[in-house]
Amino acid sequence: MKRFFPKACCAAALLALSGCSGWQSALDPKGPAAGELAWLIWFFTALCAAVWMLVMVVLAATLFQRVRTGKDPLVLDLASEHRKRRVVLTAVGVTAAILIGLTLLSFFANRTLAGIGSDEALTVRVTGHQWWWEVRYENAQPSRILTTANEIHIPAGEPVRLLLTSTDVIHSFWVPSLAGKLDLIPGHMNVLDIRADKPGVYRGQCAEFCGAQHANMGTFIIAEPRPQFDAWLDDQLRPAAAPTNAEAKAGADLFLQRPCVMCHRIGGTPAGGTVAPDLTHIASRQTLAAGTLTMSRGNLAAWITDPQGIKPGSHMPVTVLNGDELNAIIAYLEGLK
Amino acid sequence: MRRNLTVLLSAMLALAACQREERDTRPQSALGSGQQPTPVTALEPGGQRPLPSDNKAASFEANAFHLSEGKRLFSWFNCTGCHANGGGGMGPALMDEKWIYGNSIESIHATIRDGRPNGMPSFRNKIADDQIWELAAFVRSLSGNAPSSAAPQRNDDMMVHPSENRLPDAATLGKSP
Repeated sequence: MKRFFPKACCAAALLALSGCSGWQSALDPKGPAAGELAWLIWFFTALCAAVWMLVMVVLAATLFQRVRTGKDPLVLDLASEHRKRRVVLTAVGVTAAILIGLTLLSFFANRTLAGIGSDEALTVRVTGHQWWWEVRYENAQPSRILTTANEIHIPAGEPVRLLLTSTDVIHSFWVPSLAGKLDLIPGHMNVLDIRADKPGVYRGQCAEFCGAQHANMGTFIIAEPRPQFDAWLDDQLRPAAAPTNAEAKAGADLFLQRPCVMCHRIGGTPAGGTVAPDLTHIASRQTLAAGTLTMSRGNLAAWITDPQGIKPGSHMPVTVLNGDELNAIIAYLEGLK
Repeated sequence: MRRNLTVLLSAMLALAACQREERDTRPQSALGSGQQPTPVTALEPGGQRPLPSDNKAASFEANAFHLSEGKRLFSWFNCTGCHANGGGGMGPALMDEKWIYGNSIESIHATIRDGRPNGMPSFRNKIADDQIWELAAFVRSLSGNAPSSAAPQRNDDMMVHPSENRLPDAATLGKSP
């Protein structure tokens, strides 16, 4: 039993620490901003822990000494008083120095964060909705402005400027592996500069309670090498793929006749709703419903049939479709690569 | 004795906070708007069209969740394009408790679902039936018919009338006490 306890403690600590790596962890930084913040929090924690340990050791030593010598604490001893005064003054001085030091450190860390951005950077407007992310790639040429949802592709190793706003309530954009969190506020634009050092997929999460499905409001930052990113952007700018077989064609017609068309946009078709995610290239995304389900035929069917069972309270209504209609619409959506 | 009473009163007060409006986010909609029969009568000014009263009408009319969803859909589906925020423009005003085709929620639901001559298009099949009920409930609340505890909050846009929960009661509107 005696030997089992430390082992169990070690195992628990290791298990807890294993959660610190991965695609959504502030302790596993993959960009300069997150790296700076991670370094800062480790340094703060270590320094404060050291000070706390020191105070505890001195306190314990003093208490033990008093018990051992058995001196009356109320007897005035001038020499000892002078020594104590010097100790207290030194402690106050050291505390002030540490506080000033930490303040300066966080000030310079903030400057480093601000220094990541550049005015020539790729600008992406991220709009929070209950409960998904609208992503719009700004461009001087109107024909090259791209609107997509929930997945933010960025070129790796380059600064990207995110303009954050919201249409309904306050959300918060947080991709822990890349940057700190910043709020999305209705009627206000916040600016966040990020950079991913290496290609990879980093998960983000809304970090401000924004309603029933706050926990199911995930996003992905997909950092790719520049040529791959450019190819992706060109691909996404194309209008939606035309349906190839009869079933998909029937699905395209149904999409335009049913409630889908009131909210969703599919580029190159008469569907032009802008209040819900753009579906022009939905099948090329990794997930459905803001990171809730992986993209697959079965999940598409589940989501269309009963969105309120998967995300209760979401604004996607239950649409009455029979089996053939559902299959046709899924066949169409699956082709939208 | 007095302490017991205080404890009892505090407990009742605390429990009163547990009373919440039921929010039915997953309605059992057996029928889509497309599967309901199209009425045979063409048009009947004055709202005399015989309509079976729907059991959804009552549950949607005074429900804060459905009213606020109706308000959201009103701008999402661009009803404001013709009706402004209830003040009217190309389409008739909706805030005055006078309805060309009748002022019951069933009439408003039928207007949205089947359309009306001279402008109002039919949204049959295009809007899920429960959402048409939500829209109808909100449109009816524009004239001050909804209880202020359920009526939607202030609009962020410019409005042609006070917010729905500050509107004067339609029953006493324009009458001297």
